[in-house]
Amino acid sequence: MAAAELTVRERTASIARASYGRLLAMLAARSGDIAAAEDALADAFVQALSAWPGSGIPDHPEAWLFTVARNRERNRVASAAHRTSVPMEDAAEPTSPAPSDTEGPDRRLELMFVCAHPAIDPAARTPLMLQTVLGLDAKRIADAFAVPAPTLAQRLTRAKRRIRDARIPFCVPAPAVLPSRLPPVLEAIYGAYAIGWREPLAHEALDLATTLADLMPGEAEVLGLAALTALSASRSAARTTSGGTFVPLDEQDPSAWDWALIALGEAFLDRAHALSRPGRFQLEAAIQSAHADRARTGTTDRAALRKLHEALVRLAPSLGAHVALAATIGDTEGPAAGLAHLDRLEGDAVRRFQPAWATRADLLARAGRADEARAAYEKAISLTTDAGMREWLRVQPRAGVGSSRCRR
Amino acid sequence: MRYSLLLHAPEPAAGDVPEEVMAQFRAAFQKYAKDLDAAAVLVSADILQPSSVSTTVTLRGGSVQIQDGPFAETKEQLAGAFVVEVPDLDAALAWAEQCPGAHYGVIEVRPSAIVFKDGQWRQPS
Repeated sequence: MAAAELTVRERTASIARASYGRLLAMLAARSGDIAAAEDALADAFVQALSAWPGSGIPDHPEAWLFTVARNRERNRVASAAHRTSVPMEDAAEPTSPAPSDTEGPDRRLELMFVCAHPAIDPAARTPLMLQTVLGLDAKRIADAFAVPAPTLAQRLTRAKRRIRDARIPFCVPAPAVLPSRLPPVLEAIYGAYAIGWREPLAHEALDLATTLADLMPGEAEVLGLAALTALSASRSAARTTSGGTFVPLDEQDPSAWDWALIALGEAFLDRAHALSRPGRFQLEAAIQSAHADRARTGTTDRAALRKLHEALVRLAPSLGAHVALAATIGDTEGPAAGLAHLDRLEGDAVRRFQPAWATRADLLARAGRADEARAAYEKAISLTTDAGMREWLRVQPRAGVGSSRCRR
Repeated sequence: MRYSLLLHAPEPAAGDVPEEVMAQFRAAFQKYAKDLDAAAVLVSADILQPSSVSTTVTLRGGSVQIQDGPFAETKEQLAGAFVVEVPDLDAALAWAEQCPGAHYGVIEVRPSAIVFKDGQWRQPS
Protein backbone atom coordinates (compact mmCIF):
# COMPACT_ATOMS: atom_id res chain seq x y z
CA MET A 1 0.00 0.00 0.00
CA ALA A 2 2.74 2.37 1.01
CA ALA A 3 4.61 1.59 -2.17
CA ALA A 4 1.52 2.15 -4.33
CA GLU A 5 0.83 5.42 -2.55
CA LEU A 6 4.34 6.56 -3.25
CA THR A 7 3.90 5.75 -6.91
CA VAL A 8 0.67 7.75 -7.11
CA ARG A 9 2.44 10.59 -5.33
CA GLU A 10 5.33 10.48 -7.75
CA ARG A 11 3.06 10.26 -10.75
CA THR A 12 0.96 13.13 -9.44
CA ALA A 13 4.11 15.20 -9.03
CA SER A 14 5.18 14.44 -12.57
CA ILE A 15 1.69 15.31 -13.90
CA ALA A 16 1.91 18.54 -11.91
CA ARG A 17 5.25 19.41 -13.44
CA ALA A 18 4.16 18.59 -16.98
CA SER A 19 0.79 20.32 -16.92
CA TYR A 20 1.24 23.18 -14.46
CA GLY A 21 1.74 25.98 -16.96
CA ARG A 22 -0.94 24.76 -19.33
CA LEU A 23 -3.55 24.49 -16.56
CA LEU A 24 -2.62 27.78 -14.95
CA ALA A 25 -2.77 29.57 -18.30
CA MET A 26 -6.27 28.22 -18.96
CA LEU A 27 -7.52 29.13 -15.50
CA ALA A 28 -5.95 32.59 -15.45
CA ALA A 29 -7.12 33.43 -18.95
CA ARG A 30 -10.72 32.95 -17.81
CA SER A 31 -10.57 35.29 -14.83
CA GLY A 32 -7.51 37.45 -15.52
CA ASP A 33 -6.57 36.75 -11.93
CA ILE A 34 -3.29 34.80 -11.81
CA ALA A 35 -3.07 34.70 -8.01
CA ALA A 36 -6.57 33.23 -7.70
CA ALA A 37 -5.79 30.70 -10.43
CA GLU A 38 -2.61 29.68 -8.58
CA ASP A 39 -4.53 29.16 -5.34
CA ALA A 40 -7.23 27.15 -7.10
CA LEU A 41 -4.68 24.99 -8.88
CA ALA A 42 -2.76 24.40 -5.65
CA ASP A 43 -6.03 23.28 -4.02
CA ALA A 44 -6.69 20.93 -6.93
CA PHE A 45 -3.26 19.32 -6.54
CA VAL A 46 -3.85 18.89 -2.81
CA GLN A 47 -7.19 17.27 -3.54
CA ALA A 48 -5.60 14.99 -6.14
CA LEU A 49 -3.01 13.88 -3.61
CA SER A 50 -5.72 12.86 -1.17
CA ALA A 51 -8.15 11.36 -3.72
CA TRP A 52 -5.94 9.58 -6.23
CA PRO A 53 -4.17 7.10 -3.94
CA GLY A 54 -7.62 5.62 -3.19
CA SER A 55 -9.43 6.04 -6.51
CA GLY A 56 -6.48 5.66 -8.82
CA ILE A 57 -5.26 8.29 -11.25
CA PRO A 58 -8.13 9.32 -13.55
CA ASP A 59 -7.95 8.66 -17.29
CA HIS A 60 -7.62 12.35 -18.00
CA PRO A 61 -5.77 13.75 -15.00
CA GLU A 62 -5.35 17.21 -16.50
CA ALA A 63 -9.07 17.53 -17.15
CA TRP A 64 -9.76 16.34 -13.59
CA LEU A 65 -7.39 18.94 -12.14
CA PHE A 66 -8.80 21.67 -14.36
CA THR A 67 -12.40 20.93 -13.36
CA VAL A 68 -11.61 20.84 -9.65
CA ALA A 69 -9.58 24.06 -9.86
CA ARG A 70 -12.26 25.80 -11.89
CA ASN A 71 -14.89 24.86 -9.33
CA ARG A 72 -12.67 26.09 -6.53
CA GLU A 73 -12.37 29.41 -8.27
CA ARG A 74 -16.13 29.61 -8.70
CA ASN A 75 -16.80 28.79 -5.07
CA ARG A 76 -14.38 31.45 -4.02
CA VAL A 77 -16.10 34.01 -6.20
CA ALA A 78 -19.52 32.91 -4.95
CA SER A 79 -18.51 33.12 -1.30
CA ALA A 80 -16.74 36.43 -1.65
CA ALA A 81 -18.52 39.24 0.16
CA HIS A 82 -18.64 41.33 -2.97
CA ARG A 83 -20.64 38.96 -5.11
CA THR A 84 -20.01 39.96 -8.68
CA SER A 85 -22.65 40.31 -11.31
CA VAL A 86 -20.70 38.24 -13.78
CA PRO A 87 -22.94 35.36 -14.80
CA MET A 88 -21.49 32.07 -13.69
CA GLU A 89 -21.45 29.08 -15.94
CA ASP A 90 -23.17 25.88 -15.00
CA ALA A 91 -21.68 25.05 -11.61
CA ALA A 92 -22.40 21.33 -11.68
CA GLU A 93 -19.18 19.41 -11.15
CA PRO A 94 -18.76 16.56 -13.62
CA THR A 95 -17.72 13.46 -11.75
CA SER A 96 -15.51 12.28 -14.57
CA PRO A 97 -14.33 15.26 -16.55
CA ALA A 98 -14.06 14.82 -20.27
CA PRO A 99 -10.73 15.32 -21.98
CA SER A 100 -12.35 17.98 -24.16
CA ASP A 101 -12.19 20.27 -21.12
CA THR A 102 -8.49 20.68 -21.66
CA GLU A 103 -8.39 20.30 -25.40
CA GLY A 104 -8.75 23.99 -26.12
CA PRO A 105 -5.82 25.91 -27.51
CA ASP A 106 -2.67 25.97 -25.45
CA ARG A 107 -2.93 29.31 -23.66
CA ARG A 108 0.64 29.42 -22.39
CA LEU A 109 1.52 31.71 -25.27
CA GLU A 110 -1.08 34.24 -24.10
CA LEU A 111 0.27 33.89 -20.57
CA MET A 112 3.81 34.63 -21.80
CA PHE A 113 2.61 37.79 -23.54
CA VAL A 114 0.83 38.85 -20.36
CA CYS A 115 3.99 38.29 -18.26
CA ALA A 116 6.08 40.40 -20.65
CA HIS A 117 3.42 43.05 -21.25
CA PRO A 118 4.84 46.60 -21.51
CA ALA A 119 2.73 47.59 -18.49
CA ILE A 120 4.59 45.09 -16.27
CA ASP A 121 7.75 46.12 -14.43
CA PRO A 122 10.63 44.72 -16.54
CA ALA A 123 12.29 43.35 -13.40
CA ALA A 124 9.20 41.25 -12.69
CA ARG A 125 8.74 39.76 -16.16
CA THR A 126 11.26 36.93 -16.07
CA PRO A 127 10.41 35.81 -12.50
CA LEU A 128 6.71 35.96 -13.32
CA MET A 129 7.18 33.81 -16.40
CA LEU A 130 9.28 31.27 -14.51
CA GLN A 131 6.69 31.04 -11.76
CA THR A 132 3.54 30.88 -13.87
CA VAL A 133 4.61 29.04 -17.03
CA LEU A 134 7.02 26.57 -15.42
CA GLY A 135 5.63 26.53 -11.89
CA LEU A 136 9.08 27.25 -10.50
CA ASP A 137 9.41 27.66 -6.74
CA ALA A 138 9.65 31.33 -5.69
CA LYS A 139 12.58 30.59 -3.39
CA ARG A 140 14.55 29.12 -6.27
CA ILE A 141 13.83 32.19 -8.42
CA ALA A 142 14.88 34.54 -5.60
CA ASP A 143 18.14 32.65 -5.14
CA ALA A 144 18.91 32.71 -8.85
CA PHE A 145 18.35 36.46 -9.09
CA ALA A 146 20.18 37.13 -5.80
CA VAL A 147 17.12 38.97 -4.52
CA PRO A 148 15.80 38.44 -0.97
CA ALA A 149 12.75 36.16 -1.15
CA PRO A 150 10.32 38.71 0.38
CA THR A 151 11.38 41.32 -2.18
CA LEU A 152 10.69 38.93 -5.03
CA ALA A 153 7.35 37.87 -3.53
CA GLN A 154 6.30 41.50 -3.30
CA ARG A 155 7.33 42.18 -6.88
CA LEU A 156 5.36 39.18 -8.15
CA THR A 157 2.27 40.03 -6.10
CA ARG A 158 2.32 43.58 -7.43
CA ALA A 159 2.61 42.37 -11.02
CA LYS A 160 -0.28 39.91 -10.63
CA ARG A 161 -2.48 42.54 -9.06
CA ARG A 162 -1.67 44.88 -11.90
CA ILE A 163 -2.56 42.25 -14.49
CA ARG A 164 -5.91 41.69 -12.78
CA ASP A 165 -6.78 45.30 -11.97
CA ALA A 166 -5.59 46.87 -15.21
CA ARG A 167 -7.21 44.03 -17.19
CA ILE A 168 -4.17 43.11 -19.20
CA PRO A 169 -5.68 40.90 -21.89
CA PHE A 170 -4.76 37.24 -22.25
CA CYS A 171 -4.23 37.26 -25.98
CA VAL A 172 -1.56 36.96 -28.62
CA PRO A 173 -1.03 40.46 -30.01
CA ALA A 174 -2.27 41.15 -33.53
CA PRO A 175 0.31 40.80 -36.32
CA ALA A 176 0.52 44.58 -36.64
CA VAL A 177 1.83 45.04 -33.09
CA LEU A 178 3.65 41.71 -32.79
CA PRO A 179 7.02 43.16 -33.88
CA SER A 180 6.99 45.42 -30.83
CA ARG A 181 5.39 42.95 -28.43
CA LEU A 182 7.44 39.84 -29.15
CA PRO A 183 10.90 41.26 -28.23
CA PRO A 184 9.97 41.79 -24.55
CA VAL A 185 8.86 38.13 -24.39
CA LEU A 186 12.22 37.05 -25.83
CA GLU A 187 14.04 39.42 -23.45
CA ALA A 188 12.21 37.95 -20.47
CA ILE A 189 13.25 34.42 -21.44
CA TYR A 190 16.78 35.62 -22.20
CA GLY A 191 16.73 37.12 -18.70
CA ALA A 192 16.52 33.63 -17.21
CA TYR A 193 19.56 32.62 -19.27
CA ALA A 194 21.67 35.68 -18.61
CA ILE A 195 21.68 36.03 -14.81
CA GLY A 196 25.35 36.21 -13.97
CA TRP A 197 27.92 33.84 -15.39
CA ARG A 198 26.68 30.79 -13.49
CA GLU A 199 23.40 30.61 -15.39
CA PRO A 200 21.58 29.00 -12.49
CA LEU A 201 18.40 28.78 -14.57
CA ALA A 202 19.96 27.52 -17.81
CA HIS A 203 17.53 24.61 -18.12
CA GLU A 204 14.51 26.68 -17.16
CA ALA A 205 15.41 29.24 -19.82
CA LEU A 206 15.65 26.38 -22.28
CA ASP A 207 12.21 25.10 -21.21
CA LEU A 208 10.63 28.51 -21.74
CA ALA A 209 12.38 29.02 -25.08
CA THR A 210 11.40 25.59 -26.45
CA THR A 211 7.81 26.10 -25.29
CA LEU A 212 7.72 29.40 -27.14
CA ALA A 213 9.34 27.81 -30.20
CA ASP A 214 6.65 25.11 -30.23
CA LEU A 215 3.95 27.77 -30.09
CA MET A 216 5.51 30.18 -32.62
CA PRO A 217 7.48 27.98 -35.02
CA GLY A 218 7.47 30.60 -37.79
CA GLU A 219 9.42 33.27 -35.90
CA ALA A 220 13.13 33.17 -36.69
CA GLU A 221 14.24 34.93 -33.50
CA VAL A 222 12.09 32.63 -31.35
CA LEU A 223 13.94 29.69 -32.89
CA GLY A 224 17.22 31.56 -32.49
CA LEU A 225 16.60 32.03 -28.79
CA ALA A 226 15.71 28.35 -28.40
CA ALA A 227 18.99 27.48 -30.17
CA LEU A 228 20.96 29.88 -27.94
CA THR A 229 19.54 28.52 -24.69
CA ALA A 230 20.02 24.89 -25.78
CA LEU A 231 23.63 25.41 -26.88
CA SER A 232 24.46 27.35 -23.75
CA ALA A 233 22.77 24.84 -21.44
CA SER A 234 24.83 22.11 -23.10
CA ARG A 235 27.88 23.49 -21.30
CA SER A 236 26.38 23.97 -17.81
CA ALA A 237 28.28 21.05 -16.30
CA ALA A 238 31.61 22.05 -17.85
CA ARG A 239 31.51 25.65 -16.69
CA THR A 240 32.77 25.14 -13.13
CA THR A 241 35.14 22.73 -11.45
CA SER A 242 33.77 20.43 -8.76
CA GLY A 243 35.05 23.03 -6.31
CA GLY A 244 32.99 25.77 -7.96
CA THR A 245 35.83 27.60 -9.70
CA PHE A 246 35.08 29.12 -13.08
CA VAL A 247 36.32 27.26 -16.18
CA PRO A 248 36.53 29.49 -19.28
CA LEU A 249 35.04 28.20 -22.50
CA ASP A 250 38.34 27.61 -24.27
CA GLU A 251 39.56 25.43 -21.42
CA GLN A 252 36.41 23.36 -21.04
CA ASP A 253 36.58 19.68 -21.85
CA PRO A 254 34.12 19.04 -24.73
CA SER A 255 33.46 15.55 -23.39
CA ALA A 256 31.70 17.24 -20.45
CA TRP A 257 29.27 18.98 -22.84
CA ASP A 258 25.75 17.65 -23.35
CA TRP A 259 25.66 16.35 -26.91
CA ALA A 260 21.89 15.94 -27.10
CA LEU A 261 21.44 19.62 -26.22
CA ILE A 262 24.04 20.64 -28.81
CA ALA A 263 22.14 18.67 -31.46
CA LEU A 264 18.86 20.24 -30.33
CA GLY A 265 20.39 23.73 -30.53
CA GLU A 266 21.84 23.10 -33.98
CA ALA A 267 18.44 21.88 -35.21
CA PHE A 268 16.72 25.04 -33.92
CA LEU A 269 19.41 27.18 -35.53
CA ASP A 270 19.01 25.45 -38.91
CA ARG A 271 15.27 26.03 -38.79
CA ALA A 272 15.81 29.68 -37.86
CA HIS A 273 18.28 30.24 -40.71
CA ALA A 274 15.86 28.65 -43.17
CA LEU A 275 13.47 31.54 -42.49
CA SER A 276 16.10 34.04 -43.75
CA ARG A 277 15.34 36.70 -41.15
CA PRO A 278 18.56 37.26 -39.22
CA GLY A 279 18.51 38.67 -35.72
CA ARG A 280 20.42 39.13 -32.52
CA PHE A 281 19.51 35.83 -30.88
CA GLN A 282 20.35 33.87 -34.02
CA LEU A 283 23.77 35.56 -34.06
CA GLU A 284 24.37 34.77 -30.40
CA ALA A 285 23.33 31.18 -31.09
CA ALA A 286 25.66 31.03 -34.10
CA ILE A 287 28.51 32.18 -31.83
CA GLN A 288 27.69 29.39 -29.38
CA SER A 289 27.48 26.96 -32.27
CA ALA A 290 30.93 27.98 -33.53
CA HIS A 291 32.36 27.27 -30.09
CA ALA A 292 30.53 23.92 -29.92
CA ASP A 293 32.24 22.98 -33.21
CA ARG A 294 35.47 22.54 -31.29
CA ALA A 295 34.06 19.24 -30.07
CA ARG A 296 34.06 17.99 -33.69
CA THR A 297 37.07 19.73 -35.20
CA GLY A 298 39.36 20.13 -32.22
CA THR A 299 39.93 23.80 -33.07
CA THR A 300 37.98 27.04 -32.86
CA ASP A 301 37.39 29.07 -36.03
CA ARG A 302 38.48 32.47 -34.71
CA ALA A 303 37.91 34.31 -37.99
CA ALA A 304 34.32 33.09 -38.21
CA LEU A 305 33.75 34.07 -34.58
CA ARG A 306 35.07 37.55 -35.20
CA LYS A 307 32.68 38.04 -38.13
CA LEU A 308 29.76 36.92 -35.97
CA HIS A 309 30.77 39.23 -33.13
CA GLU A 310 31.10 42.15 -35.53
CA ALA A 311 27.63 41.45 -36.88
CA LEU A 312 26.27 41.22 -33.33
CA VAL A 313 27.75 44.58 -32.37
CA ARG A 314 26.17 46.16 -35.45
CA LEU A 315 22.77 44.68 -34.60
CA ALA A 316 22.78 44.94 -30.80
CA PRO A 317 25.62 47.17 -29.61
CA SER A 318 25.59 46.33 -25.90
CA LEU A 319 28.62 46.81 -23.69
CA GLY A 320 28.92 43.05 -23.27
CA ALA A 321 28.87 42.52 -27.04
CA HIS A 322 31.64 45.10 -27.50
CA VAL A 323 33.82 43.52 -24.84
CA ALA A 324 33.35 40.10 -26.44
CA LEU A 325 34.29 41.59 -29.82
CA ALA A 326 37.45 43.06 -28.29
CA ALA A 327 38.39 39.55 -27.16
CA THR A 328 37.89 38.09 -30.65
CA ILE A 329 39.85 40.97 -32.20
CA GLY A 330 42.61 40.07 -29.74
CA ASP A 331 42.42 36.47 -30.95
CA THR A 332 42.59 37.29 -34.66
CA GLU A 333 44.68 40.46 -34.84
CA GLY A 334 46.67 40.31 -31.65
CA PRO A 335 46.20 41.72 -28.17
CA ALA A 336 47.13 45.31 -29.10
CA ALA A 337 44.22 45.53 -31.54
CA GLY A 338 41.88 44.05 -28.93
CA LEU A 339 43.04 46.62 -26.38
CA ALA A 340 42.53 49.40 -28.92
CA HIS A 341 38.91 48.31 -29.32
CA LEU A 342 38.43 48.29 -25.54
CA ASP A 343 39.96 51.77 -25.33
CA ARG A 344 37.41 53.07 -27.79
CA LEU A 345 34.54 52.14 -25.47
CA GLU A 346 33.34 55.17 -23.63
CA GLY A 347 31.24 56.01 -20.62
CA ASP A 348 31.10 55.46 -16.92
CA ALA A 349 29.57 52.01 -17.17
CA VAL A 350 32.62 50.45 -18.81
CA ARG A 351 34.81 51.53 -15.91
CA ARG A 352 32.68 49.49 -13.53
CA PHE A 353 32.05 46.60 -15.95
CA GLN A 354 33.78 43.51 -14.62
CA PRO A 355 34.03 41.66 -17.98
CA ALA A 356 35.77 44.67 -19.52
CA TRP A 357 38.49 44.51 -16.85
CA ALA A 358 38.87 40.75 -17.05
CA THR A 359 39.25 40.96 -20.84
CA ARG A 360 41.64 43.89 -20.58
CA ALA A 361 43.78 42.00 -18.09
CA ASP A 362 43.94 38.98 -20.36
CA LEU A 363 44.85 41.06 -23.42
CA LEU A 364 47.54 42.93 -21.47
CA ALA A 365 49.03 39.65 -20.24
CA ARG A 366 49.17 38.36 -23.80
CA ALA A 367 50.78 41.59 -24.96
CA GLY A 368 53.54 40.94 -22.43
CA ARG A 369 52.56 43.95 -20.32
CA ALA A 370 52.71 41.97 -17.09
CA ASP A 371 52.55 44.84 -14.59
CA GLU A 372 49.55 46.46 -16.23
CA ALA A 373 47.92 43.03 -16.55
CA ARG A 374 48.36 42.42 -12.84
CA ALA A 375 46.77 45.77 -12.04
CA ALA A 376 43.85 45.04 -14.38
CA TYR A 377 43.35 41.62 -12.77
CA GLU A 378 43.32 43.32 -9.38
CA LYS A 379 40.65 45.71 -10.61
CA ALA A 380 38.59 42.85 -12.08
CA ILE A 381 38.87 40.92 -8.80
CA SER A 382 37.78 43.97 -6.81
CA LEU A 383 34.62 44.16 -8.95
CA THR A 384 33.82 40.45 -8.63
CA THR A 385 31.37 39.52 -5.90
CA ASP A 386 31.17 35.87 -6.97
CA ALA A 387 33.65 33.60 -5.19
CA GLY A 388 34.09 31.07 -8.05
CA MET A 389 34.92 33.76 -10.59
CA ARG A 390 37.24 35.54 -8.13
CA GLU A 391 39.06 32.30 -7.46
CA TRP A 392 39.79 31.88 -11.15
CA LEU A 393 40.85 35.51 -11.67
CA ARG A 394 43.28 35.21 -8.75
CA VAL A 395 45.38 32.53 -10.41
CA GLN A 396 45.43 34.22 -13.82
CA PRO A 397 48.43 36.49 -13.37
CA ARG A 398 50.49 33.37 -12.69
CA ALA A 399 48.85 31.16 -15.31
CA GLY A 400 50.19 30.70 -18.82
CA VAL A 401 48.57 32.82 -21.48
CA GLY A 402 46.09 31.34 -23.93
CA SER A 403 43.42 33.06 -25.92
CA SER A 404 40.21 34.80 -24.88
CA ARG A 405 40.34 33.23 -21.48
CA CYS A 406 37.38 35.04 -19.95
CA ARG A 407 34.61 33.58 -22.08
CA ARG A 408 32.07 31.44 -20.38
CA MET B 1 40.46 52.49 0.83
CA ARG B 2 37.89 52.07 3.56
CA TYR B 3 34.22 52.68 2.88
CA SER B 4 31.14 52.50 5.07
CA LEU B 5 28.07 51.08 3.39
CA LEU B 6 25.41 52.77 5.46
CA LEU B 7 21.98 51.25 5.29
CA HIS B 8 19.16 53.75 5.69
CA ALA B 9 15.70 52.29 5.85
CA PRO B 10 12.20 53.01 7.12
CA GLU B 11 11.70 51.56 10.60
CA PRO B 12 8.86 49.10 10.75
CA ALA B 13 6.73 49.03 13.89
CA ALA B 14 6.81 45.86 15.95
CA GLY B 15 4.80 43.18 14.19
CA ASP B 16 4.80 45.01 10.85
CA VAL B 17 7.16 42.51 9.31
CA PRO B 18 6.02 38.89 9.62
CA GLU B 19 8.50 36.51 11.22
CA GLU B 20 8.95 34.45 8.04
CA VAL B 21 9.89 37.58 6.12
CA MET B 22 12.35 38.53 8.86
CA ALA B 23 13.82 35.03 8.69
CA GLN B 24 14.33 35.34 4.95
CA PHE B 25 16.07 38.69 5.29
CA ARG B 26 18.23 37.30 8.10
CA ALA B 27 19.28 34.54 5.73
CA ALA B 28 20.02 37.07 2.98
CA PHE B 29 22.17 39.16 5.33
CA GLN B 30 23.90 36.03 6.58
CA LYS B 31 24.90 35.19 3.01
CA TYR B 32 25.92 38.77 2.26
CA ALA B 33 28.20 38.99 5.30
CA LYS B 34 29.75 35.63 4.47
CA ASP B 35 30.35 36.73 0.89
CA LEU B 36 32.06 39.92 2.10
CA ASP B 37 34.13 37.86 4.50
CA ALA B 38 35.09 35.32 1.83
CA ALA B 39 36.29 38.18 -0.38
CA ALA B 40 38.39 39.40 2.55
CA VAL B 41 37.00 42.94 2.29
CA LEU B 42 34.92 43.02 5.48
CA VAL B 43 36.11 45.20 8.34
CA SER B 44 32.92 45.13 10.39
CA ALA B 45 29.21 44.60 9.99
CA ASP B 46 26.62 45.98 12.38
CA ILE B 47 22.87 45.94 12.19
CA LEU B 48 21.65 48.58 14.62
CA GLN B 49 18.86 48.57 17.15
CA PRO B 50 15.96 50.91 16.35
CA SER B 51 16.60 54.65 16.47
CA SER B 52 14.28 54.92 19.50
CA VAL B 53 17.08 53.30 21.52
CA SER B 54 19.68 55.78 20.33
CA THR B 55 21.12 58.55 22.41
CA THR B 56 22.61 61.70 20.98
CA VAL B 57 25.39 63.69 22.49
CA THR B 58 26.05 67.32 21.72
CA LEU B 59 28.42 69.83 23.17
CA ARG B 60 27.21 73.36 22.73
CA GLY B 61 28.68 76.34 24.49
CA GLY B 62 30.63 74.15 26.88
CA SER B 63 27.67 72.15 28.13
CA VAL B 64 26.94 68.57 27.36
CA GLN B 65 23.53 67.75 26.06
CA ILE B 66 22.52 64.18 26.10
CA GLN B 67 19.21 63.40 24.51
CA ASP B 68 17.32 60.27 23.96
CA GLY B 69 15.96 59.51 20.58
CA PRO B 70 17.41 59.97 17.13
CA PHE B 71 19.22 63.02 15.91
CA ALA B 72 16.55 63.99 13.41
CA GLU B 73 13.00 62.93 12.78
CA THR B 74 13.09 61.51 9.29
CA LYS B 75 11.25 58.70 7.64
CA GLU B 76 14.41 56.71 7.10
CA GLN B 77 16.90 55.94 9.83
CA LEU B 78 20.36 54.50 9.90
CA ALA B 79 19.73 50.79 10.25
CA GLY B 80 23.12 49.22 9.72
CA ALA B 81 26.70 49.75 8.70
CA PHE B 82 29.08 47.54 6.77
CA VAL B 83 32.65 48.75 6.77
CA VAL B 84 34.67 47.36 3.89
CA GLU B 85 38.28 47.68 2.83
CA VAL B 86 38.38 47.74 -0.98
CA PRO B 87 40.60 49.37 -3.61
CA ASP B 88 38.21 52.06 -4.81
CA LEU B 89 34.66 53.38 -5.10
CA ASP B 90 33.78 51.07 -7.99
CA ALA B 91 34.47 48.03 -5.85
CA ALA B 92 32.56 49.53 -2.90
CA LEU B 93 29.58 50.12 -5.23
CA ALA B 94 29.78 46.55 -6.53
CA TRP B 95 29.37 45.33 -2.93
CA ALA B 96 26.69 47.89 -2.07
CA GLU B 97 24.63 46.55 -4.99
CA GLN B 98 24.68 43.11 -3.38
CA CYS B 99 23.41 44.33 0.00
CA PRO B 100 19.96 42.90 0.79
CA GLY B 101 19.05 46.23 2.41
CA ALA B 102 19.25 47.93 -0.99
CA HIS B 103 15.93 46.27 -1.79
CA TYR B 104 14.01 48.14 0.90
CA GLY B 105 16.32 50.97 1.94
CA VAL B 106 19.09 53.14 0.57
CA ILE B 107 22.76 52.28 0.81
CA GLU B 108 24.96 55.31 1.29
CA VAL B 109 28.55 54.60 0.32
CA ARG B 110 30.94 56.91 2.12
CA PRO B 111 34.71 56.79 2.26
CA SER B 112 36.43 56.93 5.62
CA ALA B 113 38.38 60.14 6.15
CA ILE B 114 40.60 58.90 8.90
CA VAL B 115 40.82 55.61 10.75
CA PHE B 116 42.04 54.79 14.27
CA LYS B 117 44.37 51.84 14.05
CA ASP B 118 47.24 50.49 16.13
CA GLY B 119 47.02 53.25 18.69
CA GLN B 120 46.70 56.24 16.42
CA TRP B 121 44.62 58.01 13.84
CA ARG B 122 45.82 57.26 10.32
CA GLN B 123 44.92 58.08 6.78
CA PRO B 124 43.20 55.04 5.33
CA SER B 125 45.52 53.11 3.03
